[in-house]
Amino acid sequence: MVTPENAVICFAGGKGGTGKTTVAANIAASLAKQSHTVTYLDCDVEEPNGHLFLHPHIERRQRVTVPVPKVDINRCTGCGKCAETCQFQAITVVNKKVLVFPELCHSCGGCRLVCPENAIAEVPQEIGTVEIGHAGNIRFVQGQLDIQQVKTPPTIQAVKQHIPENGIAILDAPPGTSCPVVETLQKVDYLVLVAEPTPFGLHDLQLVVEMARVLHLNFGVVINRAGWGDRNTYDYLQKENIPLLGEIPNDRAIATAYTRGELAADTLPQYRDLFTQIAQTILQKTSSTRELCKN
Amino acid sequence: MKVAISCTGENLDAAIDPRFGRCAYFLLVDTETETSQAIANPGAKQPGGAGVQSATTVVQQGAQAVICGNLGPKAAQTLTAAGVKAYASNHATPREALEHLRQQKLSPLN
Repeated sequence: MVTPENAVICFAGGKGGTGKTTVAANIAASLAKQSHTVTYLDCDVEEPNGHLFLHPHIERRQRVTVPVPKVDINRCTGCGKCAETCQFQAITVVNKKVLVFPELCHSCGGCRLVCPENAIAEVPQEIGTVEIGHAGNIRFVQGQLDIQQVKTPPTIQAVKQHIPENGIAILDAPPGTSCPVVETLQKVDYLVLVAEPTPFGLHDLQLVVEMARVLHLNFGVVINRAGWGDRNTYDYLQKENIPLLGEIPNDRAIATAYTRGELAADTLPQYRDLFTQIAQTILQKTSSTRELCKN
Repeated sequence: MKVAISCTGENLDAAIDPRFGRCAYFLLVDTETETSQAIANPGAKQPGGAGVQSATTVVQQGAQAVICGNLGPKAAQTLTAAGVKAYASNHATPREALEHLRQQKLSPLN
């Protein structure tokens, strides 16, 4: 049995509602039962929902901040160099008056560097919270972006700072294939894509596969709600030579557990072996990926 | 007075664009000489900050007033800081809107 000391495994899948969190949380619970040290990190900071199934006890909270410019108007001459350098229109100068729009700022610090009068300082802007705690023997971390904030990637970075040196980190990615997902996938050892065997599921799977290939990540697919839909997703996996890591059946009992905020791996004895098996397959794939990287 | 009008086309008989930040053109009209000049709006294709960019552009072009359908909060803030008045108009053409501006029939936006 392969038991890597430490691995960062991410669960993504393009489509919302495909079962990323369900699979990630069940695999985390399953690995913890097999005496692995597991940290679950919810990177879906716009709407984290892993806590609904893991029921963590939150022990501490940290505010997430990013640096944004603050202009000393006594020093500013209104030369406009800061506005020229900003690619995001976060700072502009009209009639020698400087205006800052912190919500557009990407915290590059360029405006501060080009200011000839040293009139720009960087001040922290609060954008979200990271919560850290435990769910049984699983270490639990989740990010929560503040309402009205759009700075998702820095909040995800703040969550990922809690990836432990040792043990297995399970990252629950947000849906889609844009910046927040790409941010989540940085420095991931293995990617598990969760997909439904439906036309919608296949369409979004294809997008996320394309993204994984651009990022040079090793990945495999878990089919959720297997048994309905059609065979096109399976044909696609075969044609593209993508490993099928496991199938979770389209069983009402799993859906019922989900609606109660329960993990199928905990409450449905008939599925314990299935999740153990999928977890083992994922660990094996992750270890072989690491061997490939070493050579 | 120089007035910037958010516009879908390049002359006084084109339609007013209800958007400010992402309109295709700004028609710069000198109300004394009744001459006009169209400039492509650099904010139109910005992924973000279109309002700030568009407002900064019209201020740099020397506009003292703006006519558009509506203003976003960042564009409004930028225009206010520059002392540029913005007016709402849902009239079909810039020509008609200018006539209403002369008769002081347009309502201010900022």
